[in-house]
Amino acid sequence: MLYTIDTDICVIGAGHAGCEAALAGSRLGYRTVLFTMNVDSIAMMPCNPHIGGSSKGHLVREIDALGGEMGKNIDKTFIQSKMLNISKGPAVHSLRTQADKAEYSRSMRQVLENQENLTIRQAEVTDILTQQELQEYLRTDLCSEASQNGNDSPGGKPRVAAVRIHTGTIYTCRAVIICTGTYLNARCLVGESITETGPGGMQRSTWLKNAMDRLGIPLRRFKTGTPARMDGRTLDYSKMKIQPGDPVVVPFSFSTDPADVQIEQVPCWLTYTNEETHAVIRQNLDRSPIYAGIIEGTGPRYCPSIEDKVVKFSDKSRHHVFIEPEGRSTNEVYVDGMSSSMPDDVQQQMYRTVPGLENCVIVKNAYAIEYDCINANQLKLSLETKTVDGLFCAGQFNGSSGYEEAAAQGLIAGINAVNMIRGREPLVLKRSEAYIGVLIDDLVTKDNREPYRMMTSRAEYRLLLRQDNADLRLRKYGYEEGIITQNQYEYVCFKERKIREETERLKKSRIGAAASNQEILASLGSAPLKTACSLAELICRPELSYEKTAALDPDRPALSKDITDQVEINIRYEGYIDRQKKQVQQFEKLEHKKIPASINYDDVGSLRNEARQKLKEFLPSSIGQASRISGVTPADISVLLIYLEKNRGRKM
Amino acid sequence: MKMYPEYGCTEEAPNDTIAAVATAMSTAGIGIIRVSGPDAVRICEGLYVNAKGLHDLASHAPNTITFGYIEDETGNRVDEVMVSVFRAPHSYTTEDTVEINSHGGIYLLERILDLVLRAGARMAEPGEFTKRAFLGGRIDLSRAEAVMDLIASQNEFARRTAIGQLSGSISEKVNELRSLLLYEMAFIESALDDPDSYAGDLEGYPERLDGVCEKTLTQMEDLLEIGEKGAVLKEGIRTAIIGRPNAGKSSLLNYLAGADRAIVTEIAGTTRDTLQESIRIRGISLRVTDTAGIRDTQDQVEKIGIERAKAAVSQSELVLYLLDASAGITQEDQSIISLLHQWKEEAPAVRKCILLLNKSDLPPVTDSGQVHSFFPEADAFLTCSLRTGEGADLLGDRIEKMYRMGELSHQSDVLLTNARHREAVREACESLQLVRQSIRAGMSEDFFAIDLMNAYASLGKITGDAVGDDLVEEIFSKFCMGK
Repeated sequence: MLYTIDTDICVIGAGHAGCEAALAGSRLGYRTVLFTMNVDSIAMMPCNPHIGGSSKGHLVREIDALGGEMGKNIDKTFIQSKMLNISKGPAVHSLRTQADKAEYSRSMRQVLENQENLTIRQAEVTDILTQQELQEYLRTDLCSEASQNGNDSPGGKPRVAAVRIHTGTIYTCRAVIICTGTYLNARCLVGESITETGPGGMQRSTWLKNAMDRLGIPLRRFKTGTPARMDGRTLDYSKMKIQPGDPVVVPFSFSTDPADVQIEQVPCWLTYTNEETHAVIRQNLDRSPIYAGIIEGTGPRYCPSIEDKVVKFSDKSRHHVFIEPEGRSTNEVYVDGMSSSMPDDVQQQMYRTVPGLENCVIVKNAYAIEYDCINANQLKLSLETKTVDGLFCAGQFNGSSGYEEAAAQGLIAGINAVNMIRGREPLVLKRSEAYIGVLIDDLVTKDNREPYRMMTSRAEYRLLLRQDNADLRLRKYGYEEGIITQNQYEYVCFKERKIREETERLKKSRIGAAASNQEILASLGSAPLKTACSLAELICRPELSYEKTAALDPDRPALSKDITDQVEINIRYEGYIDRQKKQVQQFEKLEHKKIPASINYDDVGSLRNEARQKLKEFLPSSIGQASRISGVTPADISVLLIYLEKNRGRKM
Repeated sequence: MKMYPEYGCTEEAPNDTIAAVATAMSTAGIGIIRVSGPDAVRICEGLYVNAKGLHDLASHAPNTITFGYIEDETGNRVDEVMVSVFRAPHSYTTEDTVEINSHGGIYLLERILDLVLRAGARMAEPGEFTKRAFLGGRIDLSRAEAVMDLIASQNEFARRTAIGQLSGSISEKVNELRSLLLYEMAFIESALDDPDSYAGDLEGYPERLDGVCEKTLTQMEDLLEIGEKGAVLKEGIRTAIIGRPNAGKSSLLNYLAGADRAIVTEIAGTTRDTLQESIRIRGISLRVTDTAGIRDTQDQVEKIGIERAKAAVSQSELVLYLLDASAGITQEDQSIISLLHQWKEEAPAVRKCILLLNKSDLPPVTDSGQVHSFFPEADAFLTCSLRTGEGADLLGDRIEKMYRMGELSHQSDVLLTNARHREAVREACESLQLVRQSIRAGMSEDFFAIDLMNAYASLGKITGDAVGDDLVEEIFSKFCMGK
């Protein structure tokens, strides 16, 4: 007996991408079902215990500015927090926290459970059905009911209509978001031992591969790995260097009251590998599945196993190892820096050579994991697949890595699934607007051969895309989409105005060379004034700051720190910021030149063959995106520009 | 990370002024530098003075032509010129346009263009004037399509110049500088990406980077100087004389040189190396390289000479191939033919070869029919005796004809490319100056990275390399990342 349930959006997988996608869909008022293999693994952190870090902290801030949940959830569940690179420029400040993993997962589950319009369903999704397939599948009398979800897409492209779960029940819907992470056809490797499970021994999913094959979306195989977890009581911390959190914690979320995050923190610990460790590894290399050729997936270079580090950087006599707690209510610690796929006995031997780990007891082995994912070149910038309308993909399934990268894509996919249903333009953030824009553009446009990790060096305009101004950059989009409230939005508008006014005022306020002023300057250890200058100029002096110049500025209005921080950054780095803004103007001109979906590249004369092929394959949505495809030269872009100009207003 | 300083300007950017030599770079007396865009008049006004020494360009009536001088930044007169001002939309591009007519030859055209670029114009992309004309509605579709083809062909050409014709040593040098900058960026980025592990590595780094910048700047300034000297030598159709030993190469060079005794420069390389001379024949400039005879040899020095001969051929637009008719087609000739065959194949449209069957005064072993069957790609077959002078005039006739028919041309792009290169190196210098400024101002390392990347991108324009994911690649390959 066929059993169907009608809904709007089906999200497959409840990891960090799935959670954000499901929350976005339901918060925007659409009935959403979140499928997970096991409800106890919702928002699980199967690898490291951090949220944030260099550039990833930016992503969390951006997710928060747009109305996502990750920032709020980590503010509730972190056990240590640190602003990285605080002595460097504001572009590379990045917040990183240690999470209480169990708490993070529990807290997120609570949010999901209490979200209106959202249903959590423990089930393996075994198939994705298109409109046509669904109709063939259903009896005629059910067909009419299902067809309310829309007709065939124009142009004969298939459109998703339902998912089927392992029990046979069919959920009819208008959009599907795949967020299977590392679960699809996963296998975990520890030396010669191979188990067919997802991360942390969780049940893997397998059926969806058939659906992807049928829908014509090819899969690829990626690999990643994780280090061992140990019983923290068996380690000797006296041999390690303590790594405390910041004395004053800055929250991730713009909505969190800073007073709420000043909690007692848990330290991490630093130790190092040594020549003895490296010798153990070298002696046993033939037993590593990677070096023995058992692993076929492509692993990330930014997260190498300790085997890789020893082999590729053999000149290094030691590597950093950070011991990080997994939570407050567990003794488990994470051995950051020593992921491995060596056999158990080699792992035991190798870890024990590290100072402080001599008597370590392993709770969970380090392992490598292989999984099926797609090449995100098959997606549009909205994260919808090019081949099937209404089918979206997000997270590690798209070939990225990291909780934050996954959550960011989940949020965008969730918003855009809704936009597709309500017939609105997708939300596509530009490279010049957000790290999320860089992330998705890189995934969709570039040729990525390994799991993709965010880095500040990937963002061309990083001085503008700071973690401190994510709200100023992105709140408006969250508001336009309907996730950010009127109040939240109005505060950003107010903040923006105050920043502008105060910056202007400081540029105009002139300080004379009066004796009283010279005295104040001398007390601040700053050179005396020769002639009058503006307060802004004084703030630019390395030894001075907005705060320190208060005595020289009797008219200073009372403003909150988040506003004065922005004012100070604007003034201090004005020259650099202006230069990046000019570059952005040039960049955006090309982004604004849209390429109609109906373009036939065979009609564009003078394109080189390589470029023509790449353009046909990628179907870029703008000239800017086209220019980033490898194999498309500036001259090809000129040719394309002229062609588009020529056909402007004409139907292609 | 990839930057698009160029692309942003390839469309009708309203605040962008472009310049280029608008006429073919030929020995013809007059050349025109066209400057188009909203700042055209302002940019040229600073360089141009009228007969009374006044900077009065802005007051010129449109569509008139006026005599005056171009001055460099220090006020030295560079050239006498005629200048026309066209006001938008009544110009070819439909933008404000200034045309500077110079009769000073290629070198002065280049100098003037250089001054215009330094004053704030951007080097025009190939076909960009015409593109602007089209976008401004000035020319029609068919014309614009021709431009598209032109751009495509120049694209191909530009890539070849970037890789092949640009002297190996310059592109090598540029690549060396680029990899130096890339390493420094990767160093900074890796430390910032994982500060827990590597923040300590940045101690004392600004001083070290300042040293690197200073060294790199000196090298780039040297490059600029070489570039300026190089421009003089580049005048003329690049021509190589090739043949086996004793086929008459030196006689040919003497004959050509003697034709109107117009040797301009003579640069001898090392012993048995190539010899280069600038020669005028029928008013056409040739830059002739006499190559060492090609033969199989064990002699190290001669081997080097042969390698250079091959290099000279690969960089030539015209090859004069001498074949000794009294000796027939030898083993050596066969290797020459295969070399030329390959050379022609790479760019048949712009590479011409004239085969001279020399020593017609001696009993022939071979004739032009047989030679033709061996080397059908040759564009002309002439029979002559350089010793008696018989038939030698035919060579001048033939070269003149090829030139007039447009089969042979000065490849103006080589010179344009050079101006482009100099512009790129200058940009890179400016960026490195900004890095040093940031170091002196006590900024943190992430600020250095911004301008280092700009310098890297600028230099990449010379070798035609996009920035792509170079930095990320470098970070992973040189630094052990990831916990």
